[in-house]
Order: sequence, then structure tokens, then C-alpha cells
Amino acid sequence: MGNTLLHPAPSHFSSREQHDSANHLGMWTFLSTEILFFGGVLACYSIYRWTYPQAFHVGSEHLEYWIGTLNTGILLTSSLFMALGDLAIKAGARRAVTWNLVATWLLGATFLGLKFYEYYLTAKEGHVPGSHFHFDGPLAPQVELFMFLYFATTGLHAMHMMFGLGAITWLLWLNHRGKLTAEHNAPVGMVALYWHFVDCVWIFLYPLLYLVS
Amino acid sequence: MRATEPTAKVYFLNYVALMVLLALTATLSRFPPGAWKTPVALLIAAAKLTLVFVFFMQLWYQRGLVRIFAATGFFWLAIIGTLTFVDYLSRGWLQ
Repeated sequence: MGNTLLHPAPSHFSSREQHDSANHLGMWTFLSTEILFFGGVLACYSIYRWTYPQAFHVGSEHLEYWIGTLNTGILLTSSLFMALGDLAIKAGARRAVTWNLVATWLLGATFLGLKFYEYYLTAKEGHVPGSHFHFDGPLAPQVELFMFLYFATTGLHAMHMMFGLGAITWLLWLNHRGKLTAEHNAPVGMVALYWHFVDCVWIFLYPLLYLVS
Repeated sequence: MRATEPTAKVYFLNYVALMVLLALTATLSRFPPGAWKTPVALLIAAAKLTLVFVFFMQLWYQRGLVRIFAATGFFWLAIIGTLTFVDYLSRGWLQ
């Protein structure tokens, strides 16, 4: 809080607190649209799970439970480092910002690596929806629908993760150039909000995809 | 008076709570099938989301207006979800 009194806010804000609050308000406005965006996909999931509950159980059994669980832990850990990075820039500790952001980036990349390895395993079993889809059993068409939803939801999430990794790379570049300071900390705070939100999406995808059976 | 800024201690405690919830939901999912499993798994997911929103995303430290904006997306989602299912759940007579 020490820097609050030392550094004035831009002239159209009455205080640094108001400036910070406006930043959060703007970011949450964007995140509301993201809630509706992922909400639409999850509504589609809910309708088909309600219609074909048995096929969703069968489909879920063919996902890698351990990768899903491990990846959830990895994302939660990355969120901790992101939050610590945000604290570090507010204290003006630039070196600590770099280490925390690098840790976040590496954990995010590990998540994606495991995710793509799981895609590879799914592809090897022939469970990728489309003309090469192969599944033994009477529920094959419905399981294909489950796998389509699996790829659509985790794929959209992975795209968000990749954008997040790009944003963290941008922060590391800014920090390297000395553009991030205790008073100019908003870029870290806003990327952190985005990163935590993408984490939240996975928190729901994990039980909906991996914990059905 | 409520704290105005999060601390590293709050973040660490929040992280521990999240990992405990993850261990809990992962363990419960290994139990034999039952009607309770999905609602409980979603309840735990909701608890984790709340912890991330309130502490990591700092809603605890923000003023009311920011919190209302954070809740708005869920409010609209609840309306859209409810109306969607009013349609799907009332189609039984068509079959």
C-alpha cells in the first residue's frame, strides 16, 4: 500500500484505488462474456449428457483419469505462482516477478504438453470423432458425440491457455525492459485475472469429463 | 475492518485448500457409481471456483460494484440455462 500515496493516479482518476478498481471492473466485464461463452458450450454438454447418460459414462472411462487429475493440480499450482507474481510487482520486486512468471509459464506449458499427449493416446485408440472414429459397442454414435464435446471443450480451453502463455511472455518482455514497476503493475494484475479464470474453466471441465464414470 | 490487500499467506492457504478439495474429489470419484457422485463433484468444483474467485481473483478486496459485475455472467447463464432446460425437460410427451 506504501506506493499508493507516493505515486499519483492518471488525472481522470481521483485515486490509485479508483484506478485499480476501474481496471478490475473492466476485466470482469470481459470475463462475464467468457462465462457466457463457456456456459453455452456446457449447456450443450448438459443437454446431451441428460439425453445419453450411459454413453457419457462409457466415453469418460476412455479418458486418462490420471492426466486429468495431475493437470488440475498443475493448473492450481500455476495460479499460486501467478498470484505471487502479482504480489511481487506490487512490492516492486522485479526479479521475484520474473521467477514467478517463469514458473507459471512452465506449469502452463506442462499442462498443454500432457493435454496433447492425451490427445495422441485418444487418436491412437481411434476415438477422434470424424470419418476415422472407431468404437466397439452399441453406443458408438453417442460415444462419438461425447468425444466431440471432449475435444470441443478441452480444445477451446487449450486455446485460452495458449493465449495466456503468450500474455505471460509479453509480461516477461515488459519486465525485462523495466516497464513494470510497483506503480505500473496493472498488466500483471489483469493477465493474472485472465489466467485464474481459465483455471476456473478447467476446474469444471475436470469433473464433467474425467469423473463421470 | 476488512483487509484491503491480499498477502502471500492468504494465497498459500488458499492453494492448500484448493489442493485438499482436488484430492477429495479425485478420491470420491473412485467410489462405486451412485446418484450422489455428479452433484458432489460439481459442488466441490463450485467450492474451488469460489475460492479462486474470492482470493486469487481478489473479489474479497474489491468494492461491491466489481463483485456485482463478477456475478452478472452467472446470473445471465442461470436464466439461459433454466429456459433451455425448461424446453428439453418438458419434451417427454413427444416420445
